Amino acid sequence: MVRNPDANREQFRPHDHPNESFLLTTVVGSYPKPKWLNRADELVEDPGSKFDHDHLEEAHDDACRLITNEHERAGLDTVVDGEMRRNEMVEFFAERIPGYEFNGPVKVWGHNYFDKPSVVEEVAYDEPWLVDEFEFTSNVAEKPVKVPITGPYTLGFWAFNEAYPSTEELVYDLADLVNEEVERLVEAGARYIQIDEPALATTPEDHAIVGEALERIVSGIPEEIRIGLHVCYGDYSRIYPEILEFPVHEFDVELCNGGYEQLDVFKQPAFTKDLALGVVDVHRKEVESVEAIEANIRKGLEVVPPEKLTVSPDCGVKLLPREVAYRKMENLVTAARNVEAALDAGELDHVTAPAPADD
Amino acid sequence: MTERVATTPGLYPLPDWAKETLSDLKGHQKGDLLSGDEGAEITEAYDEVRAEYVDEQLEAGLDRVVEGQGRWDDMIAHPLTIHDNVETGGIVRYYDNNNFYRDPRVIGELDFSGDVAADLEAAADVLAGDAPLQAVLPGPYSLADLASDEHYGDEAEFLAAVAEFLAGEVDAFPDHETLFLLEPSLIESPPAEGTEERATDAIRTVADATDAEVVVHTYWGALEEKLYAHLVDEAGADALGLDLVAGDRDDTVYNVQEYGSTDSLALGLVDGQNTLVEEPETIADRVEWFESQVPVDSFETTYLSSNAELFHLPSNKSTEKLVALAEAAEVVE
Repeated sequence: MVRNPDANREQFRPHDHPNESFLLTTVVGSYPKPKWLNRADELVEDPGSKFDHDHLEEAHDDACRLITNEHERAGLDTVVDGEMRRNEMVEFFAERIPGYEFNGPVKVWGHNYFDKPSVVEEVAYDEPWLVDEFEFTSNVAEKPVKVPITGPYTLGFWAFNEAYPSTEELVYDLADLVNEEVERLVEAGARYIQIDEPALATTPEDHAIVGEALERIVSGIPEEIRIGLHVCYGDYSRIYPEILEFPVHEFDVELCNGGYEQLDVFKQPAFTKDLALGVVDVHRKEVESVEAIEANIRKGLEVVPPEKLTVSPDCGVKLLPREVAYRKMENLVTAARNVEAALDAGELDHVTAPAPADD
Repeated sequence: MTERVATTPGLYPLPDWAKETLSDLKGHQKGDLLSGDEGAEITEAYDEVRAEYVDEQLEAGLDRVVEGQGRWDDMIAHPLTIHDNVETGGIVRYYDNNNFYRDPRVIGELDFSGDVAADLEAAADVLAGDAPLQAVLPGPYSLADLASDEHYGDEAEFLAAVAEFLAGEVDAFPDHETLFLLEPSLIESPPAEGTEERATDAIRTVADATDAEVVVHTYWGALEEKLYAHLVDEAGADALGLDLVAGDRDDTVYNVQEYGSTDSLALGLVDGQNTLVEEPETIADRVEWFESQVPVDSFETTYLSSNAELFHLPSNKSTEKLVALAEAAEVVE
């Protein structure tokens, strides 16, 4: 299914947007957890403590309010709750999907471990995974809420496959479950879904599997629901232009970290989707100046015209100190508004971007 | 009559308690990883880990006992990353896995270290002769492949230096029955055509340093046939280790049919990267399937092993696989 990004972008333009031009500002998802929340997560596991699961839920609610508000204060057009309720991007979902089991942590590097689950029988859909989270955030947010979901390729390949003849088959079953979840989210009012597939960056030859999985995910989902795909830092030349065939509206890519070395990859053939461009580095603690971010945004205009450019951090910002994360968001928004104003004033020449297909 | 020997390529996952204790003692960052001069508390924790590994193998009934390589933070790059004349660079991907190690940048002469020998001495003490000891090292080809040379300046010279270094380490080992040289790079990034001998020379240098049986263990697929033939004839190995789990096992069978084999063989029969624990009967079937395909009446020894290192698994599954391997060696006809 072809998805037309023009069909759903305008719904995210705030009523009081100051400029004619509109660069959609957003985030990838994760945000540093407040220290007290980490303590609360630990405390609930302590049998000697009176702090119980109800208290933890209250703490999660409080943290979601706080971080959603922090995103709004930064001025973002679409917000998330910073994934305050989620522990890890595979674990969180594997805990909610029948068919997975956990056997203990495995080494990633040094003393960094990942509770890599095993798929021991056919995966199934039980309770909704994210609907409660979305409804809560949506109720406390004034801006539209984006919902990041770990994609089926990553959920499949970052697990031990004991049950399926091939991991590809597992991925397709998982894609059907994600489709069901997206349907529920849409029923609950979600308008902006982002599928996260970091595993694609490590095995780019599998883009066809990701493409087929995405077809399943969007099956029956109306065109006005914006679907994004986030892929972390990797060799994009190995997945471009093939990814233009994917049934999504927007690609979110990590380019700032690599100094936009790979930007040219996306220029030929012309980028037909919306580009969600990483304009701040999530691996550096130095806060980029507004001017530096403006320059990064203008890089995006070399690939797509402003009406197809979304502005975001490279990736989830959870590893940054919270204060740094906030200031990066704030500067990102200021820079986007400045570039919009310059575009309105005709001070920026964006005709260098390839013309969008207007047939 | 083929002797069946149940063993493993080592590099076990840390027990869950040790994952926690050691990350608390050492920290999570790149700079916190082992440099080979750890203090008493950390040494004690690793001693406990080693004792647990030895007990676990004895209990499972394996025919060879490894030290377990709990200290190998950087997987098979360890013998270099703790070396005095090696600096550790950035975190780089460990083959085609979601695992990373510190890039060992060799900045000076690779002289004697003795790090692995000390661990083996400690394991031998715990083992106290209850079962034969098996030493484990990276093969020189893989170790050179994983490292960056900033000293020798020539690829061939560097490989030879890595081989001499490993031979010197082996020379200091306590008595051991078997030496496993782990050589995944022979499959993952094989030597260019015409340079195979350089690789086999390097392996032979290490193999010649011990009187023990030497197993050159390859994994993550089948060897290219020409390289396979070189390894059989020139590497000085008593046994080649072949992966029957990952990749196309028919290619491996074809290599043996076409080019013969070493007098003994190690077979990667258990998946070191999947939590599904193979039944002993399934493992035995795989041995019999393989042996029925190849034109050899009997091998001197068939080593029953996992294909890859076991650190990829959660600790409980790794233990279960040890038991399955030991039982399989009893079951196989």
